[in-house]
Amino acid sequence: MDAVKNIIFIVMTAVLINNYVLNQFLGICPFLGVSKKLDQAAGMSVAVIFVMVLATAVTYPIQYFLLNPKGMGYLQTIVFILVIAALVQLVEIVLKRYIPALHASLGVYLPLITTNCAVLGVCISNVDSYLVETAAFGGGFVNALFNSFGAGVGFLLAMVLFAGVRSKVEKANPPECFKGMPITLISAAILSVSFMGFAGLVQNLFGN
Amino acid sequence: MKKSKLSILTNGIIKENPILVLILGTCPFLAVTTQASNAIGMGAAVTFVLLCSNVMISLLRNVISDKVRIPCYIVVIASFVTLVQMIVKAYVHELDVALGLYLPLIVVNCIILGRAEMFANKNGIVDSALDAIGMGVGYTLAMLVMASIREIFGAGTWFGIKIPVLNTNNISIMTMAPGGFAVFGLLIAIVNKVSHGKAIKKKEFGCAGCPSAATCGQKECDREEAAA
Repeated sequence: MDAVKNIIFIVMTAVLINNYVLNQFLGICPFLGVSKKLDQAAGMSVAVIFVMVLATAVTYPIQYFLLNPKGMGYLQTIVFILVIAALVQLVEIVLKRYIPALHASLGVYLPLITTNCAVLGVCISNVDSYLVETAAFGGGFVNALFNSFGAGVGFLLAMVLFAGVRSKVEKANPPECFKGMPITLISAAILSVSFMGFAGLVQNLFGN
Repeated sequence: MKKSKLSILTNGIIKENPILVLILGTCPFLAVTTQASNAIGMGAAVTFVLLCSNVMISLLRNVISDKVRIPCYIVVIASFVTLVQMIVKAYVHELDVALGLYLPLIVVNCIILGRAEMFANKNGIVDSALDAIGMGVGYTLAMLVMASIREIFGAGTWFGIKIPVLNTNNISIMTMAPGGFAVFGLLIAIVNKVSHGKAIKKKEFGCAGCPSAATCGQKECDREEAAA
């Protein structure tokens, strides 16, 4: 029971409280760029969830089994970014070859994800917060996977909500100098305020 | 069109300010501008990486084949970011704690890859270095302005110095996430107002300035619309 509770705790925290976009400012570029249409926003976010979990599944073992035992922790940044870039290319090739239907809907978003800082951010923060060199591999790895899944879902939630907000904002008539980016950022601020309301939620639910 | 050295240098500071006009590198910009001192630290780190990578890429521009240029750029940038991480960890521990995750994330900062793609692979070493310094200073100044506003009103301090009245009446939401978005929005609006919208509309950075350009398959660009 404790394990399940722990996982729910991790996912809820990643989705609502430490929302990667609205609270930690990671992945702002796609958040502002691709959130104009709902279907695009959703497609991009699903691709992000997929790549985040996959990238964690690859980078976490690399850090645990390769970089840390050999004392090469300082190579983390270079190794991770290259692994993620290669991984995204590989996923694209595999999808194109074997699951064309999925490639048709997600394919266009995959290349954009390489330069998405949320993916590299989630990999590094997983290693920072869940990897303990002396502990067994399993527990931390599962936590890390769920954290990246939660982060991806949080991204999806923020993108979908914001796409809805933006479709209304487009019709509004702000002062000339506020048109475009400024009014978008100010609506993002208001959305971010609403996420602050979740701050005490998990503590109250689980009592820790 | 041949630009003079001075205009290359000032280009990044005013006309093509990476943050307020090109709207690149927003993530660390929003995240670390809660204190003016962090803004200076982050700005210095970005400027250093930008300068080194621009010079290096400009040197290698005839060696790197066009097809594999993006991975090559990423390796060059990541190496310099690692260097900065080591220096900051060794000598400025407080900054390392304050910047945390955002220090390694300089790798995916759009400004650096964008300048490599837009400028350094077409121009000589001196021009690339000047461009990097201009862009870096522009980025740092924009960060300093934003961080000053947020720190003065949000915490009532500036570089840690207490400011009389504001110190006891601080608006703490300014230093939180929503404050970041709102102040950034207002800053861009002010720049628009002062430049009568010319700064952004006349800028045709299009796909050449977009870091995803090499891999982007979309015919219509979302970025340009979003910025205009």
